[in-house]
Amino acid sequence: MIYSAGYSLAIILVMAAMTFLTRAFPFLFFSKGRQVPQVIAYLGNVLPPAVIGMLIVYSLRGTDVLAYPYGLPELMAVAATVLLHLWRRNNLISILGGTAVYMTALQVIFA
Amino acid sequence: MKKAFRAAFPHTVPVMMGYLFAGMAFGLMYQQCGYSVWWAGLMSLMVYAGSMQYVAVNFFVQPVGLLEVAVMTLAVNIRHIFYGLSFLEEFRQAGPKKPYLIFALTDETYSLLCSVKVPEGVDRGRMFFAIALLDQCYWIAGGMLGAAAGSLIPFDTTGIDFAMTGMFIVIFVEQWLSFPTKAPALIGVGSTLAALFLFGPEGLIFPAMLLMAVLLLGMRRPLEKKLEQKEGQP
Repeated sequence: MIYSAGYSLAIILVMAAMTFLTRAFPFLFFSKGRQVPQVIAYLGNVLPPAVIGMLIVYSLRGTDVLAYPYGLPELMAVAATVLLHLWRRNNLISILGGTAVYMTALQVIFA
Repeated sequence: MKKAFRAAFPHTVPVMMGYLFAGMAFGLMYQQCGYSVWWAGLMSLMVYAGSMQYVAVNFFVQPVGLLEVAVMTLAVNIRHIFYGLSFLEEFRQAGPKKPYLIFALTDETYSLLCSVKVPEGVDRGRMFFAIALLDQCYWIAGGMLGAAAGSLIPFDTTGIDFAMTGMFIVIFVEQWLSFPTKAPALIGVGSTLAALFLFGPEGLIFPAMLLMAVLLLGMRRPLEKKLEQKEGQP
């Protein structure tokens, strides 16, 4: 520990406050019993599919396609998840299957 | 409430896998900075932000000022300011559970709440609350386990964090099949890829969200028409 317990706690509190602030932001601005502006309601409708798409790319952002193994483990795992899901439409099977493919790819195939 | 938890649990299993192991990675790193199990638990209890807590470990390696902590947290979590927009109405109906639902709106909980189908006879607000609370329990448990015993895991867990990517993919496919238009999904993936290409993996989120918002707003008219058409169908 490079800090006192008090300063460590202060860091945690600052992070907690700022994180909560980002999440509370829309509620602070649009929630006082007022009608939500139409453009905001529209964004609320179309953002989920866009944000989920963003999160997929975001969670794979560390993939280096220019160096061995050229993003192949990620490609295999994503393809496996999508195909399993189109085939069985069962969330758990798709996610577990994709994860198993990824772990095998990383630890065995491209080790 | 029990019914809500029973209905919520199966939906949260992928998050459980992801959070337990991602949480353990955080706990292990934090413990290596000299912080005990209880500190790891405290941070996961109060901050509860996955990627932020990884960044946060750096704060405990080299001295930082509180202002820097505040700015960094804002930068890493700025994407969250958009998440509540999808739940303005629904959280309003959740009554006293609303502050917790807002507090616990992580990437993973957000995606679950966007996609979950609440079974008949279960209160929607309770189901949301159960999902959010279960997710945070996994995260806290993972962090504490990691700090206590992360170095003792008997098998190679490399790659297990793909479970969370997998969950995003499954939700993406479901929305792809059911959403009245593919444009928002394509805009989301396209904007983020463009931001990744232009700004690299560290600074991609803010430009990605900005580009996404601009494109979605620019296409408002045609997209709103598509959404209405779908609603009009039997």
